Amino acid sequence: MQVALVIGDVVATRKDAALSGLKLLVLQPLDPAGQPVGRTLVAADAAGAGVGEQVFFVRGREAAFPFYPVEAPVDAAIVGIVDHWSAEGAPAPASQA
Amino acid sequence: MIVGRVVGPLVATQKHRKFEGATLLLVQPLGEGDMPRGPALLAVDTVGAGVHEKVLLVLDGRAAGDAMQKKAAPVDAAIVGIIDHIDIPS
Repeated sequence: MQVALVIGDVVATRKDAALSGLKLLVLQPLDPAGQPVGRTLVAADAAGAGVGEQVFFVRGREAAFPFYPVEAPVDAAIVGIVDHWSAEGAPAPASQA
Repeated sequence: MIVGRVVGPLVATQKHRKFEGATLLLVQPLGEGDMPRGPALLAVDTVGAGVHEKVLLVLDGRAAGDAMQKKAAPVDAAIVGIIDHIDIPS
């Protein structure tokens, strides 16, 4: 899984039938310091998340599990809303020398 | 499986029911010479790992679900061991 900030939502009227009723949100993955890292992506919401919240999401085949028995064609799903985390053991940032 | 170092715990009250009771840890994957490699990830801990410890991770949904002993859990990473040491004779 990975931590991300919800930065937007996606509206798609014409879509796969198994996607109906799913909330699709745009995510910006975050590093342990809370800084944006990597590319944004779209994930289906299984945790009741909204724009501005920090969440964690799962990738791959398992992203469809929360929507069972519907076999949703999704490859990323939000599965939790983050209260807080600790980055005590984070590696020191690389020096810019 | 890959090797990583535990960065710290993550707390989430509102989460999918399959995560009830699970411990979530941020982990920094390590490459050669224990240098950080790639972005940090969030894994379910099934062995009681602590901050700064070097751990063995599975990055596969089925394996992670097996480690949690739950079927159809929406997980893709789990800590399955705490590493004492790694020997790679040259």
